[in-house]
Amino acid sequence: MSPSPLLQVAGLRASIAGKEILKGVDLTVHTGEVHAIMGPNGSGKSTLANVIAGHPAYAVTGGSVRYRGKDLLAMTPDLRAREGLFLAFQYPVEVPGVRNSQFLRSALNAGRLHRGLPELELKEFNKLLKEKMALVEMNPSFTTRSVNEGFSGGEKKRNEILQMALLEPTLALLDETDSGLDIDALRTVSAGVNALRRADNAIVIVTHYQRLLDYIVPDFVHVLVDGRLVRSGGRELALELEREGYERIRQAVESAQPAKS
Amino acid sequence: MPTVTAPPTSPYQSAYDSLASQSAQQPAWLRDLRRNAMQRFAHLGFPTARRGNEPWKYTSVAPIAQAALAHDAAAGAATLAHLKRLAPWRDAWPRLVFVDGRYNARLSSCDSLPRGVRLHTLAHALATDPAALEPHLGHIASWTDDAFVALNTAFLADGAVLIIPPGAVLEEPVHILHVVTDGAGAIAAHPRTLVLAGDRSRAAIIETFVSASGAAYFTNAVTEIVAAPSAQIAHAKLMLEGAASYHVGGTCVRQAQDSAFTSASISSGAALARNNLAILLASPGASCNLSGLSLTAGSQHLDNTLSVDHAAPHTTSRQIYKGILDGQSRAVFVGRVLVRQGATKADAVQRSKNLLLSRGAEIDAKPSLEILTDDVRCSHGATAGELDQSALFYLMSRGLPRDAARSLLVQAFASEIIQSLAIAPLRTWLDRRLALPLAASHAEVPA
Repeated sequence: MSPSPLLQVAGLRASIAGKEILKGVDLTVHTGEVHAIMGPNGSGKSTLANVIAGHPAYAVTGGSVRYRGKDLLAMTPDLRAREGLFLAFQYPVEVPGVRNSQFLRSALNAGRLHRGLPELELKEFNKLLKEKMALVEMNPSFTTRSVNEGFSGGEKKRNEILQMALLEPTLALLDETDSGLDIDALRTVSAGVNALRRADNAIVIVTHYQRLLDYIVPDFVHVLVDGRLVRSGGRELALELEREGYERIRQAVESAQPAKS
Repeated sequence: MPTVTAPPTSPYQSAYDSLASQSAQQPAWLRDLRRNAMQRFAHLGFPTARRGNEPWKYTSVAPIAQAALAHDAAAGAATLAHLKRLAPWRDAWPRLVFVDGRYNARLSSCDSLPRGVRLHTLAHALATDPAALEPHLGHIASWTDDAFVALNTAFLADGAVLIIPPGAVLEEPVHILHVVTDGAGAIAAHPRTLVLAGDRSRAAIIETFVSASGAAYFTNAVTEIVAAPSAQIAHAKLMLEGAASYHVGGTCVRQAQDSAFTSASISSGAALARNNLAILLASPGASCNLSGLSLTAGSQHLDNTLSVDHAAPHTTSRQIYKGILDGQSRAVFVGRVLVRQGATKADAVQRSKNLLLSRGAEIDAKPSLEILTDDVRCSHGATAGELDQSALFYLMSRGLPRDAARSLLVQAFASEIIQSLAIAPLRTWLDRRLALPLAASHAEVPA
């Protein structure tokens, strides 16, 4: 018998502004695994990531999500984060007036307190921050700037991975982390993510393109179309999608289903 | 028979009469000024919030008009420790301290002033060198059309006078501190400050109004500032009055050629308050930079009314006022910029930004431009909104509890004003002072 999963999504349905986006998603993730969720635009990939993270704009209308054996949907977004869940945003939010270093330290210490660890003193924190910034090759000047304010697209994504590196999540969801990255930034960000892969954590990558998966190699690939996971496979499925596009899968799925009235 | 109520000015008239009999030693010009101002106040009466009365359209001062206030109360006891707990503090700052409206020599200190700089009480200055004050006192703040200035002028007796000779530079800010003690009760005080800044002089002035008293007392302050050519003056007003009090404060500034005036107005106290700030850019090259931050909660009412008069070419004004409103509080921002005929190349920017933390809070923001000449650069704008929900989620998604995330965002909103304060030590003090009410009020907001 396999050990109990880290994340178990069953029959998950969710809508935004009254429109149903997820129409029954099942997904099981164990520690030590990297999963990729692929799919065309509008299929619900980002919705899935945001619902798991607890974005208040989405309403869960059915199904369940268990995380480390607990009911994830009953937790507030901040509690989910303190329990080791992390979402790297597709569009990281600019927060003018909040210093990046102050934000990072508050976030880190919120998690530490939750785990019964003492808060990191400023000096220890600065040492840790320096080390993690080197990992994602981020300029030290970004610590004193406001969170994401005036950052380029690539800088924002690096800042997301920096946060991931600091918070050391048990389950990381990367939402289109490759979008807007040039090839050098993509390499750096991927190297940062790969350095965080461990036997006791897991990563779920949401991406439209196969490109990122050349750098962060997944164990499982799932295809999401119209709010449902329609196919799952190994690494080779991503390459097939790259070769043939989403249209074939979409047609195959539609022909297998009764026509909508 | 309809009930006949006494005219609301009559308690003030009797207080004035009793004060007038004690101030026979004042110079004749001042006694005339005060008598005329009292007559003017009797004529104007307290303004009413009615249509057609634009300057008081959003703010009713009826609670002040109806309050029974004591003009002759003795000052309570205050200690240095008490002041340091309530107000921003550096031992090096020259200071005049007024307790319950009365000058307190023991708590004041004017040791560290540069040569030639005079910091005195108004009573002392009037007794020793009235001629230096006569051309200015009562001439910068117009008492003919503003009932509160008229009332303050009628009760002119004490306050602060700062005279800075040409070229003098004050390294430390001058602190004028008004504190009302817990036991003072419902007193009325009409403090006056006069600042005469000579050519090329540089100085910073902090005026603090602070109290932990729960009494419905009334502060009616007037500050007059004259900036001579090329003077650089930074002014900070901290309005941290007691929770049940009333505060009306007028700051009137006249700026000569190439002078620069910076103002920061921070308000979080009083039940009902009105800050008037009136700037006259009288000569070419004069510039002012006016910023404000107000925090209101409960049923507080706070009114910031500004007017900037561009009366000469090449004059510049900047206004950025921010409000953070919680509970059922109400805030008003009225900013009027007048660019007179001939004031070409005037450059004015007005911005009002407001953060509404509760559904019951209400802001009236009314920036306005009146431009009577061509070739100017003017812009204005006002915004009001709730906390950015996507930013709130972003912070929470990193593990910050909701209250901590809210508090961080509210402080971030305030930081634009606080971090730009010209008087650096005020930044850390205000960060700490304002964080307390923010944290407290957020705990009451349901998730």
